Amino acid sequence: MNPAIEIKGLRKSFGRTNALDGLDLSVETGEVHGFLGPNGAGKTTTLRVLLGLLHADDGEMRLLGGDPWRDAVSLHRCLAYVPGEVSLWPNLTGGEVIDLLGRLRGGLDARRRERYLDLFELDPRVKGRAYSKGNRQKVAVVAALASDVELLLLDEPTSGLDPLMEQIFRECVREERSRGRTILLSSHILSEAEALCDRVSIIRGGRLVDSGSLADLRHLTRTTITAQLSGSPDGLAHLAGVHDCAFDGAQVRMTVDNTALDAVLGTLSRCGVTSFTSQPPTLEELFLRHYRTEGTPEAVPA
Amino acid sequence: MTTLTGTGALIRLALRRDRIRLPLWIAVFAVMAAVSAAATAAIYPTAADQQAAVDSINAVPSLVALYGPVYQPTLGATSVFKLTAFGAALIALLMILTVVRHTRAEEEAGRRELLGSAVVGRYAGLAAGLVVMAGSSAALGLCTGAGLAAAGLPLSGSLAFGLGWAGAGLVFGGVAAVTAQLTKSAHAASGLAVIALVAAYFLRAVGDSAGPRWLSWASPIGWTQQVRPYAGDVWWVLVLPLPAAAAITLAAIGLARIRDVDAGLLPDRAGTPHAGRTLRGAWGLVWRLNRATLAAWSCAYVLLGLVAGNLAGNVGKMLENSRAQALIAALGGEKGVSDAFLAAEFSVAGVVTSAYAISVIMRLRAEERAIRVDPLLAAAVGRRRLLAGYLLFAVLAPVFLLTGTGLAAGLANGARLGRVGPEVVRLTGAALSQLPAVWVLTGLATALFGLSARALAGAWLALVTFLLLGEFGALLKLDQWVLDLSPFTHLPRLPGATVHATPLLWLTALGVTLILAGVLGFRRRDVAAQ
Repeated sequence: MNPAIEIKGLRKSFGRTNALDGLDLSVETGEVHGFLGPNGAGKTTTLRVLLGLLHADDGEMRLLGGDPWRDAVSLHRCLAYVPGEVSLWPNLTGGEVIDLLGRLRGGLDARRRERYLDLFELDPRVKGRAYSKGNRQKVAVVAALASDVELLLLDEPTSGLDPLMEQIFRECVREERSRGRTILLSSHILSEAEALCDRVSIIRGGRLVDSGSLADLRHLTRTTITAQLSGSPDGLAHLAGVHDCAFDGAQVRMTVDNTALDAVLGTLSRCGVTSFTSQPPTLEELFLRHYRTEGTPEAVPA
Repeated sequence: MTTLTGTGALIRLALRRDRIRLPLWIAVFAVMAAVSAAATAAIYPTAADQQAAVDSINAVPSLVALYGPVYQPTLGATSVFKLTAFGAALIALLMILTVVRHTRAEEEAGRRELLGSAVVGRYAGLAAGLVVMAGSSAALGLCTGAGLAAAGLPLSGSLAFGLGWAGAGLVFGGVAAVTAQLTKSAHAASGLAVIALVAAYFLRAVGDSAGPRWLSWASPIGWTQQVRPYAGDVWWVLVLPLPAAAAITLAAIGLARIRDVDAGLLPDRAGTPHAGRTLRGAWGLVWRLNRATLAAWSCAYVLLGLVAGNLAGNVGKMLENSRAQALIAALGGEKGVSDAFLAAEFSVAGVVTSAYAISVIMRLRAEERAIRVDPLLAAAVGRRRLLAGYLLFAVLAPVFLLTGTGLAAGLANGARLGRVGPEVVRLTGAALSQLPAVWVLTGLATALFGLSARALAGAWLALVTFLLLGEFGALLKLDQWVLDLSPFTHLPRLPGATVHATPLLWLTALGVTLILAGVLGFRRRDVAAQ
């Protein structure tokens, strides 16, 4: 199947600022793809280029098989967008905005509209100026979810939602995925990406620094191991692939390259283990590693 | 008082934000008054001329209703006759906008909240807005007085006139402080205050023309007249705005006490949960966003047409002095004079209509800045289609407005002359002859918007330049090619002149070309909030 989004070497600068500096991104059809990066990494700029709002300086792009700039209007019938900062017309009600955006995309499912209004507890009779930030965001989310489209572009869609609504939103995203829709979810809330995404791309300074399934990415990193030992930890700290080894009485705590797990477990069991916990690397650790190291990842044994 | 903590800092912030805006407007008003005084001295040089002018003004009820009476045939009173009430209303408008800008607009934008979390008292924002408004009213009054005195009018009358203006600003600035507590939207707060202003102006107009007289005294705009500058200088009337402003301010503080930050007292009514049939597409939205403004402009244009048509018959009488008589003869008798008057009114309407057209494109830019264009373009709306929706307004609404004013003028003038049909056709045509120049400015605004949204302010600059060329170009004896830069120079002075189609066609072609350039440009550029 063709990828829903394919970007190669995308560049975009505003004056002297290079917002996108040769970005690559690939989103497969039918997947939920996490688009991660710190503030100012270029996530929103990428989405705006994909929407044909910004003209790319350089690079190749395919969006649903079309050109995001040239075929903007026809492509937009097949996608819905939730901006990171939702601004509503002050004198239009939320319901009017949802209907308007749905009509502009070429159709809205009335039953789904009612259902999402219910789920998100949104009053559609309120004027745009009277909504809180979270409610403005709900208007955009409901409009996007109720539209009959194949691709959802979501730019930090939950940044104003409370935890309960965030949970409901996650349910909705899973549902959309099971309906076969492709979703590009820009976020810096890692638990959200971890809970929802099949694959993630991490960008920084306008470039892709890492991409793959969570399992792939985890494979390249380390597992945290905490163990109570009955014997002395002979040579544990000097094993290849063991890092940050710290002893606290009988307890040892370390991070281990996944490729070295087998050897480490063998050594541990020889020492005598009374209790043992292991934690797979969280996305947060992945993320921090990429950002702390200024984009030059440590050598990782393959 | 801790509720006022931080007022000083907020005043400095307001002055920093208005460091160009307020001095510029103060200068505009002071210069306008001084120039008008100098020009009047040139038109009515002798006491007999002034007497004749004053008699004819006071004899025309529609003039007295519009501008107020002239109390004594002095040079000063004749000079400021058009400016007293009308100028006071403009200054009241400026002060309304100033107060709302520094109070409700700040709250609506969420900036008040940011400041409120710092060490800033509950009423500091309101107090700062009021202090800045009162200070600029006083400065405006004093500068205007100085300007009039510099133009050669008596000092005490000039001072009385300037302070009369300041009083009007003070009272309506206070009214805006009250309306800013009532509504959530800055737009609505200004609107409510403007309604109060219009009502005050109307009270005065009725009191001055039809009576009873005390109605003028019930209106703060009437007070600026009752000061009677250059006609006895009734100083005690200048005291009236002070207790009035104080009482209104107390009311504003009382209202501020019982409401929350960011909330209004008038509740937002719940609206419809579904979009109606008109809100079907991008154009439906454009219609929805622009219709209220167009309705207000239409009412104003019909009124303008009625007043102009009514006055047209009276201007011949108004100009009964030696020089003006010669002018009348040169223009071809009484009909020539009333035609010349109507032509002048229509050329004003042309400039104002251009301002409307530019403001439509500015509205689109404001939408872009507020990131409300993104969701439309991210849906299946092409850029051409979106811009075309606004262009429909910028191109066709001027046709509608000018038709309205021409029809109304034709009705009023025709009823006076006893031939409605031909006058309606003649004056509607005359009003519509402004269109080619209006379209050039529509095109210029569109082209600048397409080129780079930030360049859009250039359209206002161009309009003001064209206006100044039209008003002062001939007086300053500028070369013809400089005057020819303005599209308005090329319009026939209708009604009354002969029409040559060529310049009108050229202007229209230029307008269309500029619009197309703007559409092409907008399709190429980035859509961005900055």
